[in-house]
Amino acid sequence: MIRKPVDIGDPHRLYTVTGGRSRGEEAGLDLVTLIVSECRPTEGMQSEHVRILELCAHPTAVVEIAADLRLPITVVKILLGDLLAAGRITARNPRPSAAHGDAPESALLKEVLIGLRNL
Amino acid sequence: MDSATSEAPARTPLADAAETGLKIVIVGGFGVGKTTLVRSVSEIRPLNTEEVMTQAGAGVDDTAGLRNKNTTTVAFDFGRISLNEQTVLYLFGAPGQERFWFLWDRLFSGTLGAVVLVDTRRMADSWYAIDRLEHHRTPFVVAVNRFDDDASRFSLDEIRQALDLPEDVPLVDCDARLRESGKNVLITLVDHLYQQALAREMTA
Ligand SMILES: Nc1nc2c(ncn2[C@@H]2O[C@H](COP(=O)(O)OP(=O)(O)O)[C@@H](O)[C@H]2O)c(=O)[nH]1
Ligand SMILES: [Mg+2]
Repeated sequence: MIRKPVDIGDPHRLYTVTGGRSRGEEAGLDLVTLIVSECRPTEGMQSEHVRILELCAHPTAVVEIAADLRLPITVVKILLGDLLAAGRITARNPRPSAAHGDAPESALLKEVLIGLRNL
Repeated sequence: MDSATSEAPARTPLADAAETGLKIVIVGGFGVGKTTLVRSVSEIRPLNTEEVMTQAGAGVDDTAGLRNKNTTTVAFDFGRISLNEQTVLYLFGAPGQERFWFLWDRLFSGTLGAVVLVDTRRMADSWYAIDRLEHHRTPFVVAVNRFDDDASRFSLDEIRQALDLPEDVPLVDCDARLRESGKNVLITLVDHLYQQALAREMTA
């Protein structure tokens, strides 16, 4: 079953979740940037931050976090920006394919092709 | 408290060595079979999420902007395929309607490529998507999702003409419900991208 779209009917809730901050703090995160926790949740932490730290005990994409928290991508990026700034999470490969360095694009595509053929 | 904190995700986490996320977008009109295709190849049940945008279409500049009523949301679903220990492919199902394209760059910049999913009973739905993908210079292939009650049975050649599709854009039949068929669509896309990359690297 696919759940219903997020209800953003109460703007004050989003305003509260993000502390009213702007999207300047997104830190170049992409939908598929993989996030990993660097610490465990601590007492008194904002519930959304706790949830993110729990989820990201294993690498988790930004878009999966948004789906689990039922919050818009923009809002999740702001929350992740907080945690990144505090060193509580790290972002792997902030730009797609950057991990492949100077390897030609064809090498990455070949890797994808092999992965798909092996499915 | 909040229900989000008590609800555990019922899905397998990625491998701890996972480091690279890649994107492929499946575009098509409502009911064309995007979610079905994602589901047939994904290792997780498709998840749903959304992005908020202002009336101007630029995304939310300030969360305070959410206080006024000029915001709207676009919803999309996605699935994923772990290609190997390090690399994960995310598949996004995106409705091809107009307001979605305002968010294309914001959501899908850096995408490997796109699949335009076509229902031959509503071919016109695909024109706009093809036009927009060309505009964004996103490489794509076209897959015709054949429905059982489609009496027309247009040939691929006829469909290519109707869509005014260049010869070098791959066009394939599929049944979005079947895993092998969905897999074949993805392989067609990535093989096309691979050939293009090789050609570029040859002349570089
Ligand atoms: N007969 C048939 N039905 C299909 C096929 N693909 C999708 N459907 C059905 O068409 C409906 C719409 O599909 P869905 O994937 O939700 O479309 P979306 O709006 O593009 O995500 C669903 O009831 C599917 O079960 C197909 O290849 N053949
Ligand atoms: Mg759908």
